[in-house]
Amino acid sequence: MNCQEFIDFIMAYLDGELPDESRIVFRQHLDLCPPCEQYLDGYVKAVELGKRCTEGASLPADVPDALVDAILKARRAAES
Amino acid sequence: MDEGTATPNAADEADLVARLKAGNEEAYEQFVRENIGRMLAVARRMLRKEADAHDAVQDAFLSAYKAIDRFEGGSKLSTWLHRILVNAALMKIRSAKRRKNEVSIEDLLPRYRDDGHQIDPPTGWEHTAEAAAQNREVRELVRASIDRLPETHRTVLLLRDIEQLSTEEAAQQLEVSTNVIKTRLHRARQALKTLLDPHLSGHGA
Ligand SMILES: [Zn+2]
Repeated sequence: MNCQEFIDFIMAYLDGELPDESRIVFRQHLDLCPPCEQYLDGYVKAVELGKRCTEGASLPADVPDALVDAILKARRAAES
Repeated sequence: MDEGTATPNAADEADLVARLKAGNEEAYEQFVRENIGRMLAVARRMLRKEADAHDAVQDAFLSAYKAIDRFEGGSKLSTWLHRILVNAALMKIRSAKRRKNEVSIEDLLPRYRDDGHQIDPPTGWEHTAEAAAQNREVRELVRASIDRLPETHRTVLLLRDIEQLSTEEAAQQLEVSTNVIKTRLHRARQALKTLLDPHLSGHGA
């Protein structure tokens, strides 16, 4: 396995979708190749940062009253 | 999207659903008010323009109202509504004009020598994600970087990593195969890493 193949397999490895044999080869490469070890570390962190940094935005937002009114009105319009 | 405090207990929810199915207007208003905050947050996350986010939320509530008879209670009402909203937001994204100057995904993937080694081997990131995410500038940087991803890849990253849809659900929403979802997600994550690298690697920050 070279570095390109290693990086191609990262997601499958993290998802536990690599067959046993490939997983062993993947782990061997990981132990022997510091750049790939760093790449994997950065990849995992990028994914986690993506999640963590958008979480704040999932708190209930300030809702403009006009939007609520428009939504309630749209239902009445659909009704009639 | 199941976090939050407005999670009603099962009996309350069944009661609300029954009243919604009966066409009760107060029930609909309650349904809207209880969910709209989180809905708008999701829509803002997916859509760049505030007006589009409003449209998507409005479309989603109307779709939910029309489809309530088909809600079977196998999932939670909030989860069901979330999926409808994701669908409405995707319709908006599809109908929006393609952005000018969109970076190509290839430019954000690692480059390799003929022997398969990386041309620009990465330097490590100094901090844990947890620590980095405490920093307001980092949070803004991460959101801006997600925004810079090519639309096809940004969408998959949003659905899978942020809105937590399964590979199958994302494939259904985007009408592509699960393999396409997997490839795009992997590339989107790599591209996000590339965009963050100069800021978060040992030498950068
Ligand atoms: Zn390597």
